[in-house]
Amino acid sequence: MQSRPSTRPRRPGMWAIRGPLSRRQYWLFAALGLLVPLGLWWGVSSGAAVDKVFLPGPVDVFNRLVTWFTEDDLMSDMGISIYRVTTGFLISAVIALPLALMIGTFRPVQAVLEPLTDFIRYMPAVAFIPLVMLWVGIEESSKISIIFIGTFFQMVLMMAEDVRRVPLAQIEAAQTMGAQKGETISLVIFQAAKPALLDTLRVTMGWAWTYLVVAELVAANSGLGYSILKAQRFLQTDKIFVGIILIGLIGLVMDQLFRLAHRKAFPWLHLRS
Amino acid sequence: MSTKISIQHVGKVFGEGRHRVEALKDVSLDIADNEFVTFVGASGCGKSTLLRIIGGLEYHTAGDVLVDDQAIMGPGADRAMVFQHYSLYPWLTVMENIKFSRRLRHGRENLSAADVEAASGRADALLSLMGLTAAADAWPNQLSGGMQQRVAIARALMGRPQVLLMDEPFGALDAQTREVMHDLILHVHRLEKPTLAFVTHDVEEAIYLADRVVLMAPRPGRIDTIYEVPLPAEREQDMKHTPEFLSLKKEILARIRETSGMKTDQGMLDQLNLQGSTV
Ligand SMILES: Nc1ncnc2c1ncn2[C@@H]1O[C@H](COP(=O)(O)OP(=O)(O)OP(=O)(O)O)[C@@H](O)[C@H]1O
Ligand SMILES: [Mg+2]
Repeated sequence: MQSRPSTRPRRPGMWAIRGPLSRRQYWLFAALGLLVPLGLWWGVSSGAAVDKVFLPGPVDVFNRLVTWFTEDDLMSDMGISIYRVTTGFLISAVIALPLALMIGTFRPVQAVLEPLTDFIRYMPAVAFIPLVMLWVGIEESSKISIIFIGTFFQMVLMMAEDVRRVPLAQIEAAQTMGAQKGETISLVIFQAAKPALLDTLRVTMGWAWTYLVVAELVAANSGLGYSILKAQRFLQTDKIFVGIILIGLIGLVMDQLFRLAHRKAFPWLHLRS
Repeated sequence: MSTKISIQHVGKVFGEGRHRVEALKDVSLDIADNEFVTFVGASGCGKSTLLRIIGGLEYHTAGDVLVDDQAIMGPGADRAMVFQHYSLYPWLTVMENIKFSRRLRHGRENLSAADVEAASGRADALLSLMGLTAAADAWPNQLSGGMQQRVAIARALMGRPQVLLMDEPFGALDAQTREVMHDLILHVHRLEKPTLAFVTHDVEEAIYLADRVVLMAPRPGRIDTIYEVPLPAEREQDMKHTPEFLSLKKEILARIRETSGMKTDQGMLDQLNLQGSTV
């Protein structure tokens, strides 16, 4: 007897548009995405024709990581860099948040601040280094200032957009229940914008890390960015690799922490999956 | 019966110059205390604008709007508004949404322990009136559209508003859910006795709910005709099939078509057809 072809639609495959992917499959693909480049790197670098100064292999890089940790005080380099990035980032966030709330809520504030901020944000943060040295000096605060300049203006604009995206109906509903201006801002606008604001913080935290190397151009004598710059001078390519990879990993960890905080703080947005 | 809302020669102009739109022109209407008035009319005739002016969310550029003989000054807790959607607070549970007005200053002022107790009792009562008791601790995005609108209505009622303004509150719901909501809102109207101004696209809904149906016409937005609904105060679904209901519905629909300024042009349709077949 011939088996009749099934007339029921089958479960869509993973290559269907926006098709499903099981957890196991997800991790399988993720591992593939990480291991293939690693393998390629290892393969290319171990070829006889490739100079170690030009492209060190994974093993060299790992060894350098170990010696940096045991002999060159890697932890204090990491510590100072994390300190600089988070401090610059936090100062940005603390100032940007109230400003963004005002810009997104009051048109005159928007008119005064938004074009100005838009203008400044296109100025390259690196170009501010001489000015920062002149005005702030070459202390710790100068590095934090560079990270601040690199993140603050983007942050304000993105946060203001988050605030503006709060549905008008939510605001007006509060007003017809008798909410006053301050109450509308604190009990509705800020609450409604919070999840988007945390996402903006997550994204701008990534940018803060990209300004680390720039910040540590300024008379630094420690830190991951500084170490990368110094390694370049001594052609320690493996150390450059370690520095870059570590910055990537720290960024990844922070990103995951932000995502975790998002899930914990806003559970109603994560009901599925 | 005394007049609750008095709309006197109200006009509203949006924009200036080339963008000038006369959304309302010389609109006058008195709405009695505890009356249920529905507004229908072609799209763009200013129904939402009029409702928002009564709610104090939009200012009028001519005339006066009085509530209890007082000119309105912006939005206030005496005039609650229910929107078509997106007005619930997704970060609050159903119960917290309903109690939202309690968190506001005017809700907290001069509050005795007995008041707090009563408020809590009221929230529970509204919850069960709306059939939401089981969903008290759910978040809005866990509810169906119909349930979300029930929460929005309960939340609006919580502060005991004297006027309830509703702009197409059931516009996004399916026909069955809408019928349930109609009887619910009529029940609320009898029980809580707010004055109700209700905007809708659905003429059947407008007749079934209202004491009077106000038909508006566009360009410029104005009141065209006011229909007294010839049905007993206690409404039942069966009344929708009575001759009085059906003839009123027919009359209003015809009038909306006449005032909308849009005609179905048979010649144009034929032309469309012709071009479709030759391609
Ligand atoms: N904020 C605004 N700015 C400019 N024009 C507006 C604004 N709000 C409404 N209008 C205009 O005013 C007129 C009336 O709009 P309104 O929304 O009150 O109509 P409506 O009867 O509620 O229509 P619908 O049935 O489509 O909801 C329309 O021409 C509209 O374009
Ligand atoms: Mg409308």
